[in-house]
Amino acid sequence: MASIILLIVLFPLLGSIINGIFGKNLSKSAIGYIASGVIALSFILSIVAFIQLQNVSDRVVNVEFFKWISSGLLDVPMGFWLDSLSSLYILVITGVGFLIHVYSIGYMSEDEGFSRYFSYLNLFVFFMLMLVLGNSYVTMFVGWEGVGLCSYLLIGFWFKNMDYNNAAKKAFIMNRIGDVGFILAMALMFVNYGSLNYSDLLKSGAVHYSNSVTLIALLLFLGATGKSAQIPLYTWLPDAMAGPTPVSALIHAATMVTAGIYMVVRSNVFYSLSETAMLTMGIIGGLTALMAAIIATLQYDIKKILAYSTVSQLGLMFLGLGAGAYSSSVFHVITHAFFKALLFLGAGSVIHAMGGEQDIRKMGGLSKKIPTTYLTMLIGTIAISGIPPFSGFFSKDEILAHVYEYNKGLWLIGVIASMLTAFYMFRMLFLTFWGHFRGGSETYKHLHESPSVMTIPLMILAALSVIGGLIGLPELLGVKNWIGSYLDNVIQMKSYLGLSHETEWMLMGIAVAGAVVSIYVAYQLFVVSGVLPADKEEDLKWWQKIIHHKFYVDELYDNIVRKPVDFMGKVCFKFFEKIVMDGIVDGIGNTTLFLGEWIRKIHIGNIAYYIMVMTGAIIAIFIFIK
Amino acid sequence: MINGIPIDYFILLSAVLFTIGAIGVMARRNSIILFMCIELMLNAVNILLVAFSSLYQNASGQVFVFFVMTVAAAEVSVGLAILTMIYRNIKSIDTNLLSNLKD
Repeated sequence: MASIILLIVLFPLLGSIINGIFGKNLSKSAIGYIASGVIALSFILSIVAFIQLQNVSDRVVNVEFFKWISSGLLDVPMGFWLDSLSSLYILVITGVGFLIHVYSIGYMSEDEGFSRYFSYLNLFVFFMLMLVLGNSYVTMFVGWEGVGLCSYLLIGFWFKNMDYNNAAKKAFIMNRIGDVGFILAMALMFVNYGSLNYSDLLKSGAVHYSNSVTLIALLLFLGATGKSAQIPLYTWLPDAMAGPTPVSALIHAATMVTAGIYMVVRSNVFYSLSETAMLTMGIIGGLTALMAAIIATLQYDIKKILAYSTVSQLGLMFLGLGAGAYSSSVFHVITHAFFKALLFLGAGSVIHAMGGEQDIRKMGGLSKKIPTTYLTMLIGTIAISGIPPFSGFFSKDEILAHVYEYNKGLWLIGVIASMLTAFYMFRMLFLTFWGHFRGGSETYKHLHESPSVMTIPLMILAALSVIGGLIGLPELLGVKNWIGSYLDNVIQMKSYLGLSHETEWMLMGIAVAGAVVSIYVAYQLFVVSGVLPADKEEDLKWWQKIIHHKFYVDELYDNIVRKPVDFMGKVCFKFFEKIVMDGIVDGIGNTTLFLGEWIRKIHIGNIAYYIMVMTGAIIAIFIFIK
Repeated sequence: MINGIPIDYFILLSAVLFTIGAIGVMARRNSIILFMCIELMLNAVNILLVAFSSLYQNASGQVFVFFVMTVAAAEVSVGLAILTMIYRNIKSIDTNLLSNLKD
């Protein structure tokens, strides 16, 4: 078991090293085979590990390889921790990751940085596996930073574009703010409980109530808001769409951004001790879900819409976590990974067909030209909208049911957010694939379906989006909720639905009715009335402008953070640097120069004169010593 | 004292010789003369060393004189070689002409 887990992690690293060092000398097909091959191997081994795990008592395997840090009381081993939670995560990471690698072979085939791209992508998978498999918070942090680095590298993949570089820097800096929270939480954990290893912390009863528990939980959540793009640190994710589309699918939809949820579920023992932290998480999650959904309704860039949709869905997951529905949130992470990866890859296929165009105002009527992409994206859109029996319905419904029991106000926010989700997703679908084509005739001729290396991953993901809900069917239907019971041993304080069956049916009815109404409204607006998004900004109404400009949050941050820092920098530059520091340094030089200019006058270059001065000086010394 | 000559006379002789040497070094411009003056100063010191060595019946002063003579010989040989080179370069041994470093 130990060697299997080690190999799962090391295969992607191997691929990354091979492609990173020898990529320049390899053919494109070889690079593609190596990169996808190592992920496929990891996926197969993950399945093996998953099956073997079922026979282990308690479903926990802790492998330690060596002592990594040993300093005073701190003792951190390097090792892996495979349990119910991480086994699900590695399946999603390597499985969806493999499909996206295959898709990338087609999508990136024209790119000159082909080997660099796959090297980064493999490295990302390596760090992501480190994150979910590490057996202590420190190891998790290594992966946490590593995926942040890979995210930075891949957002700024086309580094010749300055905007893309800025987006990459923004993502990195925003994440750093969250990381501060993570580090402080680790420090507090160590001070209060004396260890950072799961084997010490996750024992039942190891974490007792202390005054710091709320602070630890909140600081961990701050870390999660950075990585998982929640208020107030969510603004980097929409900008992160600067990277290649498969990257958006893998990192910024399916895996990395769900690391925050993994971390919270992993640390659920702290949250179960702190009502405040749970409520904060629920409120922040709910607000993020609502706000991002509102913003998504007035975006024109197909990837931006999906990015805000991701932020909104992540908000929904945190809303579920706040309500204590840990397994439901993990369930939603998995189904979301399927349908959001599908939607992003579909969007990539659309962009590929449109020759790089991402503006939905210039699309329309694409369903006839690229039917496979259309059908798969339709499935993804239905799944995210929450129409039964597609996967998104089950996971979203489970979260909303738990939230209903926890807090009715938050439930209402969640329902509105998911209604908006159905609305903006179908808006995107109608504007992209229905109606008539609004782009130029040149682009129209260019329109073509993507190669099968891209469409086959789409079909597989579409199939998963349809059947993904099977792993967590509600008990209402008289079946066992597999994922709920599977994750039972990870969660210290389980929350069972105490709702009556009638209430549950009612909640399901409301959710489905809401989604159907939203879809109908979108249909009426964008198909029947044929409302098109305004071409120019002046045509927007005032409230539309506010939404289109994302509630001016970026501008707000700019004013309250960047400008004061800039101002301080300018003051330091103008005063300390120019006057104080330069004054000292230049002053020393100028003094030396001045003294030298004066002293050089006594050197006249006559040997006799020098000897005379020397003799006179020696005589003077003798006289004075006397 | 040596044959009844008081030590004061030796000191006086030595001082006179040394002063002549020092003034010679300062006043003359011919390098050869300069060397001779330096030798004069060294020998003034030598006389003093021998005189005191004899006065205190201590041999180390006389041993030191040999060192001084050896060093002086070495110095002269190196110095004359330098002088030859200077003469080859500027066709003169006038020290006042050697002021290139000043500028």
